[in-house]
Amino acid sequence: MMQFMLLFSRQGKLRLQKWYVAHPDKLKKKITRELITTVLARKPKMCSFLEWKDVKVVYKRYASLYFCCAMEQEDNELLTLELIHRYVELLDKYFGSVCELDIIFNFEKAYFILDELVLGGELQETSKKNVLKAIAAQDLLQEDEAVDGALREVGLL
Amino acid sequence: MPAVRGDGMRGLAVFISDIRNCKSKEAEIKRINKELANIRSKFKGDKTLDGYQKKKYVCKLLFIFLLGHDIDFGHMEAVNLLSSNKYSEKQIGYLFISVLVNTNSDLIKLIIQSIKNDLQSRNPIHVNLALQCIANIGSKDMAEAFGTEIPKLLVSGDTMDVVKQSAALCLLRLFRKSPEIIPGGEWTSRIIHLLNDPHMGVVTAATSLIDALVKKNPDEYKGCVTLAVARLSRIVTASYTDLQDYTYYFVPAPWLSVKLLRLLQNYTPPSEEPGVRGRLSECLETIFNKAQEPPKSKKVQHSNAKNAVLFEAISLIIHNDSEPNLLVRACNQLGQFLSNRETNLRYLALESMCHLATSEFSHEAVKKHQEVVILSMKMEKDVSVRQQAVDLLYAMCDKTNAEEIVQEMLAYLETADYSIREEMVLKVAILAEKYATDFTWYVDVILNLIRIAGDYVSEEVWYRVIQIVINREEVQGYAAKTVFEALQAPTCHENMVKVGGYILGEFGNLIAGDTRSSPLVQFELLHSKYHLCSAATRALLLSTYIKLVNLFPEIKNRVQEVFRADSNLRSADVELQQRASEYLQLSIVASSDVLATVLEEMPAFPERESSILAVLKKKKPGRIPDDVRESKSPQPNITPAPVINNIANTNSSSADLLGLSTPPGTNAPTGNGLLDVLGDLYTTPKISPTTVQQNNIKKFLFKNNGVLFENDLIQIGVKSEYRQNLGRIGLFYGNKTQSPIQNVRPELHWNDLHKLNVQMKPMEPVLEAGAQIQQMLTAECIEDFLDSPSMSVSFLYNNVPQKISMKLPLTLNKFFEPTEMNGESFFARWKNLGGEQQRAQKIFKAQGSIDLTATRTKLAGFGMQLLDGIDPNPDNFVCAGIVHTRVQQVGCLMRLEPNKQAQMFRLTVRSSKETVSQEICNLLADQF
Repeated sequence: MMQFMLLFSRQGKLRLQKWYVAHPDKLKKKITRELITTVLARKPKMCSFLEWKDVKVVYKRYASLYFCCAMEQEDNELLTLELIHRYVELLDKYFGSVCELDIIFNFEKAYFILDELVLGGELQETSKKNVLKAIAAQDLLQEDEAVDGALREVGLL
Repeated sequence: MPAVRGDGMRGLAVFISDIRNCKSKEAEIKRINKELANIRSKFKGDKTLDGYQKKKYVCKLLFIFLLGHDIDFGHMEAVNLLSSNKYSEKQIGYLFISVLVNTNSDLIKLIIQSIKNDLQSRNPIHVNLALQCIANIGSKDMAEAFGTEIPKLLVSGDTMDVVKQSAALCLLRLFRKSPEIIPGGEWTSRIIHLLNDPHMGVVTAATSLIDALVKKNPDEYKGCVTLAVARLSRIVTASYTDLQDYTYYFVPAPWLSVKLLRLLQNYTPPSEEPGVRGRLSECLETIFNKAQEPPKSKKVQHSNAKNAVLFEAISLIIHNDSEPNLLVRACNQLGQFLSNRETNLRYLALESMCHLATSEFSHEAVKKHQEVVILSMKMEKDVSVRQQAVDLLYAMCDKTNAEEIVQEMLAYLETADYSIREEMVLKVAILAEKYATDFTWYVDVILNLIRIAGDYVSEEVWYRVIQIVINREEVQGYAAKTVFEALQAPTCHENMVKVGGYILGEFGNLIAGDTRSSPLVQFELLHSKYHLCSAATRALLLSTYIKLVNLFPEIKNRVQEVFRADSNLRSADVELQQRASEYLQLSIVASSDVLATVLEEMPAFPERESSILAVLKKKKPGRIPDDVRESKSPQPNITPAPVINNIANTNSSSADLLGLSTPPGTNAPTGNGLLDVLGDLYTTPKISPTTVQQNNIKKFLFKNNGVLFENDLIQIGVKSEYRQNLGRIGLFYGNKTQSPIQNVRPELHWNDLHKLNVQMKPMEPVLEAGAQIQQMLTAECIEDFLDSPSMSVSFLYNNVPQKISMKLPLTLNKFFEPTEMNGESFFARWKNLGGEQQRAQKIFKAQGSIDLTATRTKLAGFGMQLLDGIDPNPDNFVCAGIVHTRVQQVGCLMRLEPNKQAQMFRLTVRSSKETVSQEICNLLADQF
């Protein structure tokens, strides 16, 4: 089971955090700070896995962003790496060549996409098509509402 | 500013841009504070906000939170959004709640109500939103509220696939919070049959749920094995086009495959059904075969996914440990990975091989790769990979290759990373001891360890070499000669001086015949190091000197001179001063017979498992194979006894040192030093067997170690550790007298074994004079209990039966886990636990004048978390903790209010269980 996922920049700025275990805020901040420092200190050719405290950390860098997952001991490292990749693919498909700025300005979308992929720390849906379909359905609902709203505003509804 | 998707919130985008444009941290904080003030006033303002505005502000708060700032308002507005009829608003409300709301919030009832409404919705997208929220933050309350509904949703034929997926993981979350919510009976087979669902996404989600259920109740869910094997078989034999979007870079359903392989690791190989077993073997073979095929893509994603399945298959093979050919095949496959160019693969291959090395079928196959592994240890660029190589070498070591592996590890130690040196030292020491056929080799290895990595050689390591030398006559002369030579080096590590001092003090006579190591030369050599050493080492050397006086009367004058030196006799260090003056007197007053008796050679140490192994296990729980190749290599003389640490010493560090220099023997009662020996020589010991010193059990409420009982004959010390609802208690029986204590029989008196299960390990019935033996007890808290178990110890001293009784320091508070929380949640819970049944209160008089620091220290040892800055009155103490029992966990809050004028305390305990509140209150009352 995934315990948490962090996205942070090369400068160490946190961009997204998702926790699947309940920790007090103070502890979350401490873990985040320490883990970011640890991961940023690693050299490029190093192994993508590390034993860190009682979790197994799997991380990968995409352009300026680090994606970092904390897994339990028995979880499969290589597939976690591919889970990260799948998430990046989804973001990329949704935003169209995703960049760090997309995630900053649309962090809520990044959360919604993650929720379709991973739920409660477990992988929910691995099919790219199905995830994108779910997100598209959400967007459609939103747009309908927006149109409704606009029509209402000009007194057409 | 990049385009904003969906129905963008312009205000939010502007705010984010503003923050990004801030030139300094201060400017950013200023901008954020301004925004927070703005949002606060909007939320408090008279004008009602519309949904869009609420959504926008809640989103801004979320963003501010993500930047690392605390958010303490807006929760209510977010909850309001949940009942909006606009999806986009509802969605933001749920997001805020899953990121920011504590499961124990006051708002939880409102949230649960909203979720209930959304679960009833006809729109599956709304239902999923609600399910996702539960899956992300589900708590016990939610388990209660939705425990019946969600299983129905999961197995109903009308439920859409996407909803089923979420429902499965949602149920998993609730099950983890309260295991009792899963209905048994016919549900079991309906849940298992989800493995047959045509929708791969549903199977993927359901497999995680089933895995958790199986862990809890393997027998009930045994039926899943056949289905899982069938499903796995269909996947691995599928071509990559069959599974369409569930094929990942030409690998068919890697995630589901891995989950199924994991699921099967909960069971032993399916032996009752040969068909299933055969089919599983076929699957595993197929996975291996596919690994050998040329890659279908050059992308790393392809090879990662393929290898992920392969590694999981190997884990299953290792778990089953029943098919020699598969194990060997796994080993060969991993061997190929050892020289792969991907660091990740090398890392995983080393890790996996470590497990293979512990199987008797593949141990030999692993050994074939020794050369490559040694190279990995030396050449890998990444320390975590080198670490894996060291672990593997340790695991693959046996009698045949021990010398080579130890040699290589020693050589590598000279340049090894600081971060792994200490552990390597332990490993080398263990391997050297375990596989020594010739103990001169062992002595060489340990002395080399001290020479190469002296700073990393912990006390346990050099204690151990001394224990072994003392116990093995054949190696004593060699040890003396070797340390003597090692000490010749102009600079040598202090640990070397310690070992040298101890060994020459005991066995210097064995090499004294050689003029090059005559008594005086030995003494002067040791003494040349004296001034460079710490006080502890000096103290040890002083003991060595008096032993040398006994061995070689001819150097007595020279040694006395040293004792008399101002730096010793008037040392500022009280231990050194005492030793110098006592040893000096001893050398003057005692006749050679007395001296010989007092300083008789050390008796052999009781054989015990290496204390080093215990240290290593503690450092890396779970990663050290329990015993290094225990089963197959014949033991080199050492018989492992139960894990016993070095004689547990509750005394000061200098006493610890004495503990070693005067081990259990006839000449020193526990810890009191030489004066008592002399005292005993000249006066008749007065023993009053009936005096029983009060055993003050209450002091153990606040600490885990100490002297539990003591009278003139016997001392019983205790050392204990607790984790969750389990405890390990070591009792140390020390014989304080000059004669053996016999027929020692400890007996437990405790009727509530169904609440607190205490097990005593058997112990030796005879306690030799001056000796100390250990007995282990284990305790498991099943449900909360009152008071603490008693025990009695009966024994014979001089053939007179004795019986003593005492309470064990096992009280409910030992099973506390401290809990951090902030003021808001503390008082919210405090109010929640206001019921008559949940509270307990006592008012009592302070023991002396109220001392807040002492009270604080005591409370800190009680087991709950002391929470500072929460109570408005700084003198009050508030604490929080969770009592772990097997059946449940009970959250518990405590408040202690001192009244200095009245010299009284008021103690209030609140918890979700009446008996717990009462007992914690009773335990703590009158203690301050």
